[in-house]
Amino acid sequence: MTERNNSAWSPSSREIERQVSRRAINRKQAIIAAVSSFLVLGTLAVVLVSSPGWQTVKTTFFDIEYGKEVFPTVIKGLWINLQLTFIGGAAIGVIALGLALLRTTKSPTLTPFRYLATAYVDIFRGAPLILIILLVGFGVPALGLKGISSNVIFLGTVAVVLTYSAYVAEVIRSGILSIHPSQRAAARSLGLSSGQTMRFVVLPQAIRRVVPPLLNDFVSLLKDTGLVSILGVTDAVRAAQINASRTFNYTPYVVAAILFLLITIPMTRYTDRAIRQRTSAQSSEGAI
Amino acid sequence: MSTVLELKNIRKSFGAEVVLNNLSLTVPEHTATVLIGASGSGKSTLLRCINLLETIDDGQILLDGKEISDPLINVDEVRRKLGMVFQSFNLFPHKTVLENITLAPIKVQGKSQEEARDAATALLSRFDLADKADQYPDRLSGGQQQRVAIIRSIAVNPRLLLLDEITSALDPVLVNEVLSIVRDLKHDGMTMVLATHEMGFATQVADEVCFLESGNILERGSATDVLQNPKNPQTQEFLKRVHQAGRL
Repeated sequence: MTERNNSAWSPSSREIERQVSRRAINRKQAIIAAVSSFLVLGTLAVVLVSSPGWQTVKTTFFDIEYGKEVFPTVIKGLWINLQLTFIGGAAIGVIALGLALLRTTKSPTLTPFRYLATAYVDIFRGAPLILIILLVGFGVPALGLKGISSNVIFLGTVAVVLTYSAYVAEVIRSGILSIHPSQRAAARSLGLSSGQTMRFVVLPQAIRRVVPPLLNDFVSLLKDTGLVSILGVTDAVRAAQINASRTFNYTPYVVAAILFLLITIPMTRYTDRAIRQRTSAQSSEGAI
Repeated sequence: MSTVLELKNIRKSFGAEVVLNNLSLTVPEHTATVLIGASGSGKSTLLRCINLLETIDDGQILLDGKEISDPLINVDEVRRKLGMVFQSFNLFPHKTVLENITLAPIKVQGKSQEEARDAATALLSRFDLADKADQYPDRLSGGQQQRVAIIRSIAVNPRLLLLDEITSALDPVLVNEVLSIVRDLKHDGMTMVLATHEMGFATQVADEVCFLESGNILERGSATDVLQNPKNPQTQEFLKRVHQAGRL
């Protein structure tokens, strides 16, 4: 091995010249970026503020005093969304994994379940979530089955879980299918059964691979829990709606939107970082 | 010397293409059988058929006298007796070197964690890889990865070891460190069947060299006979080309 000590190195005069040029280029680029941002954002602001309805919009959408007043009820509603996201998310994870495994199995015993899983995914991935929520929310209580709760929060969660399980199952399945057959061949030739191969070799790699898209779905899930408000669940959206229709001031919607963004933006940033780490881990070299 | 593996009139085709054609082979205990031949001559397919990764179209495969080409056989049980090393290493990237090696001993043979770890550590030390035990495969050189793959396959004490062009994905400098393990295993008395393009290595380890062409063994015999004094014109032609490529 050659010695790779950097402390004894001092840049040549040519390198110092290059550093000066690089700094000059960077400074120029920073100035261009600042001017461009100022022009674009400034123009947008001017257009918005000078529009004829700006005063009305300001008082009906951005009433800070009213915003403060409704904040506690909206955040209480947001707590419902969060609970729904986490409890639903756990259920989705389990069901989706089961569906994905069923869809990739070759076991003859499980053949009917494989077809059922495929049909399930086709139906719930293809139908709009809002329709599923309405059908479950109003249809299930109408069946009058004993022992099935007609609590709207429960039914809303069930509807969201049914739909998202189909999405997530497909993501996991694509991860399973993306593992090269040679991994399976290596595991099987060591004497591992097909179940052991799935559990110890294929699935751990597949899940790692699909973490970024799963995080993406998790963010979507949080947003889509707002749709259960149509069943009358007092979540953040519904709480905002009640307040807005009481006073004809729409600030509560803006408050709800900001609260959602405060959670989803950090989550998407985190997802982006996870994706970057994933890609940089796969392509081990290069500065691009 | 008892016979470990016996192939009788093996036939295998992929669609219209016949890859193995009425091929027979006997592998006695503690011997190394080397398969040589051009790419596409059926060497890899033959090894995959022995390992039941491919189903044969006709013929019989006997392991210790028992037919393993019977569809009613428990394939997992058969594969426990066979070790296989691949050209592309196929280590499990999400497991450390040690975990790669201990997976089968623990899950398949039911050994305890400690027992499996001690055995794996002993093997790693023997082949100068003790310091890599907790590394992930992507931190290792190709030669190191292939050595780990070999250790992984012998950790379950296979009856027969199958090596499929294990040095083809390595640069010439790394080839020797991999081949020296195989030499050691041969010295230990491991029974093996290997496909290779390394003729010098074949000469060192082979008890029998088989030249494959179009799915059949055209010439077989000791390394000296087949590699130094080939009788079949096609073997002569193949070896001439290998020689020109500088691999003899």
